[in-house]
Amino acid sequence: METLEMTQEEQFQARIDADVRIEPKDWMPDAYRKTLIRQISQHAHSELVGMLPEGNWITRAPSLKRKSILLSKVQDEAGHGLYLYSAAETLGTTRDQMLADLHSGKAKYSSIFNYPTLSWADMGCVGWLVDGAAILNQVPLCRTSYGPYARAMVRVCKEESFHQRQGFEIMQTLCEGAPEQKAMAQEALNRWWWPTLMMFGPKDEDSPNTAQSMNWRIKRFTNDELRQKFVDMMVPQAEFLGLTVPDTQVKWNEARQAYDFGEVNWDEFWAVVKGNGMCNRDRLGARVKAHEEGAWVREAAMAHAAKRAARQVVAA
Amino acid sequence: MKHDALIQTVIMTQSEWPLWEVFIRSKQGLDHKHVGSLHAADAQMAIQNARDVYTRRQEGISIWVVESKHVHASNPDDAEAFFDPANDKVYRHPTFYQVPDSIKHM
Ligand SMILES: [Fe+2]
Ligand SMILES: [Fe+2]
Ligand SMILES: [Fe+2]
Repeated sequence: METLEMTQEEQFQARIDADVRIEPKDWMPDAYRKTLIRQISQHAHSELVGMLPEGNWITRAPSLKRKSILLSKVQDEAGHGLYLYSAAETLGTTRDQMLADLHSGKAKYSSIFNYPTLSWADMGCVGWLVDGAAILNQVPLCRTSYGPYARAMVRVCKEESFHQRQGFEIMQTLCEGAPEQKAMAQEALNRWWWPTLMMFGPKDEDSPNTAQSMNWRIKRFTNDELRQKFVDMMVPQAEFLGLTVPDTQVKWNEARQAYDFGEVNWDEFWAVVKGNGMCNRDRLGARVKAHEEGAWVREAAMAHAAKRAARQVVAA
Repeated sequence: MKHDALIQTVIMTQSEWPLWEVFIRSKQGLDHKHVGSLHAADAQMAIQNARDVYTRRQEGISIWVVESKHVHASNPDDAEAFFDPANDKVYRHPTFYQVPDSIKHM
């Protein structure tokens, strides 16, 4: 009867250690709940804001096929945001609260979306690199300890590989095209490479919450582990395309069986996180504007639903 | 104006659209399975949104939505005692019985 002597918190940790999923109505430590709400809502915000840089190119896609694909991808990202907001709501927060935190700047979203999309090749880089990095982050989250989050991530992951492939295909088409097109692809890679490496977050030694998150099995790999995996995956793909990653220190390390690579510019990383990236104000401004301009639609839909319900009451 | 008053109360007391649980039948012959939730002003809108959010890749041929407030659940804290009655009834499983080797088709 050892379990009787365990505190609630110890029992909780024992379940986590046994890989038992935690469900919404189960007891959980406050800090676990708070950490999850923060992480899941940040993730949801990233999906939502992530639509903006790509939405920028929908009207200028080079063909109807590319336009349809991009439109579908952006629609998927909206869906990802919705899966994740729902998962966060099972922890007791509300959609209104989460959106208010996003719009006030209190909540964060992935810094990658604070970089501008300047050419069509950026649509290639976003799919290939940014969605590629997202996949590396997300696949382990399919086994994260909180059930609704894990299930949302399974759904998301099923849809992400199309995102990455369409991006790679854009890059490949450009690289096999005219010299100007290939130059455009290289120029986009030069701009996106480092910000993508930043997507994995600060270095492990500067990430004080990692240990607790790993202990709770919310996180399954550290930031540096994922960053290394990403470099190992992407360098050969860039070589295949005939492109060069903009890092002179990239070199295969036979002993480590991994690529060595240079140091991320952490000053830039923190500046963007703190709101001083190239597009922070634009992105948030666009979100707030969309929300405010949608207010009448939300109210009208409620009024319409209430009217219909009232008509049923009267008829009954 | 009882009618309008009713509408007003619904609007005033609800700042966000109600939450709905979504169930999808992936193909004929299978059960509807819970897939997640979403917000919508009413059932009709919930079904339309569920189509766009949960069946973009032909994941379903039929959708059920239930307003989340109508779902009643067993209490996880009582799970042990609640499901206890089935714990000591191994004889409910076919593997409990020994069938002689010479007996076929059982
Ligand atoms: Fe996504
Ligand atoms: Fe994502
Ligand atoms: Fe994506």
